[in-house]
Amino acid sequence: MTYVKPSFRHPEAPINELGRSRQDYEGGLSTLCAGCGHDSISAAIIDACFELNIEPHKVAKLSGIGCSSKTPAYFLSGSHSFNSVHGRMPSVATGANLANRDLIYIGISGDGDTASIGLGQFAHVVRRNLNMTYIVENNGCYGLTKGQDSATMDTGTPNKKGDINMYSPIDLARLAIEIGATFVGRSFSGDKQQLVPLIKAAISHRGFALLDVVSPCVTFNNHSESTKSYEYVRGANTGMPVDFVPMRQEITATYDSGATCEVCMHDGSVVRLYKQDNDYDIEDRQSALEATSHFKKEGKILTGLLYIQRDSEELHDVLGTARRPLNSMTERQLCPGSRFLDSINAGLR
Amino acid sequence: MKATNTNDPEYFHKVVDCQYACPAHTPVPEYIRLIAAGRYTDAYMVNWESNVFPGILGRTCDRPCEPVCRRARVDEEAVAICRLKRVAADNKDDVAHLLPRAPAVGNNKRIALIGAGPASLTVARDLAPLGYQIDLYDDQPLGGGFMRSQIPIFRLPPEVLDEEVNFILNMGIKQHFQTYVSSLKSILEQGYHAVFVGTGAPRGSDLDIPGREACGASIHVGIDWLASVAFEHVAKIGKRVLVLGGGNTAMDCCRTARRVGGEDVKVVVRSEFSRMKASPWEIEDAVAEDIPIINNHVPKEFVHEDGVLKGMRFTVVDVVYDARGKRELVPTGEEVFFEADEVIIAIGQDNSFPWIERDLGIEFGKWDMPAVDKTTFQSSLKKVFFGGDAAFGPENIITAVAHGHQAAISIDLYLNGQRVEKRPAPGVNLVSQKMGVHEWSYDSEVSMDDRYPVPHVAKEKALLDRKVEVELGFDPAVAYQEAERCLNCDVQTVFTTAKCIECDGCVDICPTDCINFITNNDEPELRQSLRRPARNEDQDLYVSSTLAQTQRVMVKDENVCLHCGLCAERCPTGAWDMQRFFYSVTKAGGSCKQSSQSMTSS
Repeated sequence: MTYVKPSFRHPEAPINELGRSRQDYEGGLSTLCAGCGHDSISAAIIDACFELNIEPHKVAKLSGIGCSSKTPAYFLSGSHSFNSVHGRMPSVATGANLANRDLIYIGISGDGDTASIGLGQFAHVVRRNLNMTYIVENNGCYGLTKGQDSATMDTGTPNKKGDINMYSPIDLARLAIEIGATFVGRSFSGDKQQLVPLIKAAISHRGFALLDVVSPCVTFNNHSESTKSYEYVRGANTGMPVDFVPMRQEITATYDSGATCEVCMHDGSVVRLYKQDNDYDIEDRQSALEATSHFKKEGKILTGLLYIQRDSEELHDVLGTARRPLNSMTERQLCPGSRFLDSINAGLR
Repeated sequence: MKATNTNDPEYFHKVVDCQYACPAHTPVPEYIRLIAAGRYTDAYMVNWESNVFPGILGRTCDRPCEPVCRRARVDEEAVAICRLKRVAADNKDDVAHLLPRAPAVGNNKRIALIGAGPASLTVARDLAPLGYQIDLYDDQPLGGGFMRSQIPIFRLPPEVLDEEVNFILNMGIKQHFQTYVSSLKSILEQGYHAVFVGTGAPRGSDLDIPGREACGASIHVGIDWLASVAFEHVAKIGKRVLVLGGGNTAMDCCRTARRVGGEDVKVVVRSEFSRMKASPWEIEDAVAEDIPIINNHVPKEFVHEDGVLKGMRFTVVDVVYDARGKRELVPTGEEVFFEADEVIIAIGQDNSFPWIERDLGIEFGKWDMPAVDKTTFQSSLKKVFFGGDAAFGPENIITAVAHGHQAAISIDLYLNGQRVEKRPAPGVNLVSQKMGVHEWSYDSEVSMDDRYPVPHVAKEKALLDRKVEVELGFDPAVAYQEAERCLNCDVQTVFTTAKCIECDGCVDICPTDCINFITNNDEPELRQSLRRPARNEDQDLYVSSTLAQTQRVMVKDENVCLHCGLCAERCPTGAWDMQRFFYSVTKAGGSCKQSSQSMTSS
């Protein structure tokens, strides 16, 4: 039995501005089922971090429980990682982020981890606008426990066994837009051309960025009547292509579509979106909700950058925390003594 | 691009770079796996079927397989294919009972083979088991041709040569050794049904510069001198020796000279180092025996005093290339004198057919070479065939073997009244290697080891006695390690379009980014638009038919595929499968026999 990835790579594989190869961003060999969409998302995260010239040790990967939450083992093996409790990744991410605001936080979750057990935590991390990228690997079922229906499964669709789902689905992207998320995208694991720039944009966004990525479960939810199968999503996908132009790079590409819009990110990079419809304003919550619901009614899945709020206050701004990470402070700064505690207490009387 | 037709055996054959480059198309990865498994006899027989002289070639082959080895495109050095072959030969059991024999009753057809080198012996090996009566003529006292007279004993021990030559001679070949054939007409008059000419390129080039005649006794033609040493007519040489020439014969001459009394031996070459014809490893071995290689020196004259050689004078040149890449040796004005007691001229060799009468119906063309068909090896006199160096000029042993197999097919077809142009199809087999989850019936894990060097005997010992073999060969443990470096290129990545669900699992896992799902286009555009542009145009693109979901195609650049099987491992539907491809060149006697042979090796 051999299942080992050789360390030979293509002799002309590119090197990024840090002098690193894509291999430096890889992780362990996946133990998910062959054909799982999650592996494509891992590959897209590797591409995005490689192309953004991110130092792997500047990234913290966080996850909950489920197939999706195993995947941080399969990318960025040189990064910090925390595989937390089911549905509780947002709390851990919040704590980590408050302690060290200099890291890039990538949370990986699934539809079970986010839309079922973790829905409460999810809603609050959205509200708080924690500066992180939160990727939901959404396959409409509990793959790790043999494929039971999840909360994102569409009403009236059968599972692999043939039982029809009677409940109404939670649309995480729409929910996030509704409760104040500042960056919401939807994508498909089988469309890296869109997914990679979208992840780059999410990482560049200052504040909470949700990516709801449809990621088919080949083992339990890739059958002919599933609305989360490769074939269905390919047919229903109404993709709005996304370009991510990093800071300092000249914008040279030209496109014939009239419905483009460009969004300048906080770090100076530019996200260019090719919209389905000229009237769609991705900086307007109502417009984003209408567009997603319109396509949903037509049996389509609108993917791309759905909503963005350019300037927002992230959690550190709201709380007025120190600018430096706690680990760069001295003991005296962190623990200034009882005199300061007394004055704080006095202020509360 | 059109979808790749994998039913054409040549497509997958080309993926196996080593086998494709081998003139005899020896199934290299197949025998390397057998060596790794310790099945040396089986590995030997796979070789023997294809190249007839595994023990000899495992020491002396020109190795056209190694420069093209896929491993060298992802790693620093190729697999030591040639030296692994030797391991099979060194460690095999008795193979006599596995060899074909001449049938008790012959077919009453008589064939004369002129010259007992590798080409003729291959013809004999293929035709004797079919019942042909073979008469073998050679002017040397023993069989083997140039393998015996030209290759020094310290590279090829006589036991190894004798064993493999005798495998063939023992098939009931009628031997006429020490018989110089001076007239093809007289051979034809003996009523042979067919004649094969495998007389090599026996005439060494000479160097007609001042002083050549005056000191004739101290100046030797390389191939003749090597033969004299081989047959022990010459046992010593002067202390100071100059060897002229940059090919493998020059390397054999200088190293032999070091062993028979030469203390100050130099090789002097007209052109620059990078253009030397000798194989790099032979140059290395010569340099390791304290023989300097002096480049860019053009011989000017032999310097002598009253016929006693004193040395040679050379003109030093610069190598200049003009705009069209044509090379010119431009004298720098400097001249150099090297002292020498004897000089060996190894600057090339030619064909020579003084014994073939020109009125027999055999056409001769340019450079007085016979007109020989490149595929059938038939001359314009239908019953006379040529092969080896005699056909198209000096090449090497493995090429001579390939010629011999093809000429044998032609002779067999010709004498059975069939068209010689109609060549038999190759024997092909393609079998899935999947045994279970993460389990393949080949060792799919890719070894990351560097190439293992072959141990040599200590120089002091080697130089004392020319009969001491220099290379010691791999021991079984190192042979296993080296064999594991083989990427198993014959285990093909086979793609079934109808099964693919376009999940990208293969794209994501492929270590060398070979696999793409992309909109179809013409080949040049497609090559440019892959994830890693396919710049090596010697390597094909494997293109699927159009995929159902997205109307894209799968395009795989074969160039640096590691054949690690991870694409098939990560494929949920079995659209990718690893299938072992066995390709064997059909030999004289038809395809049924050949296919049964290939089964024994699986």
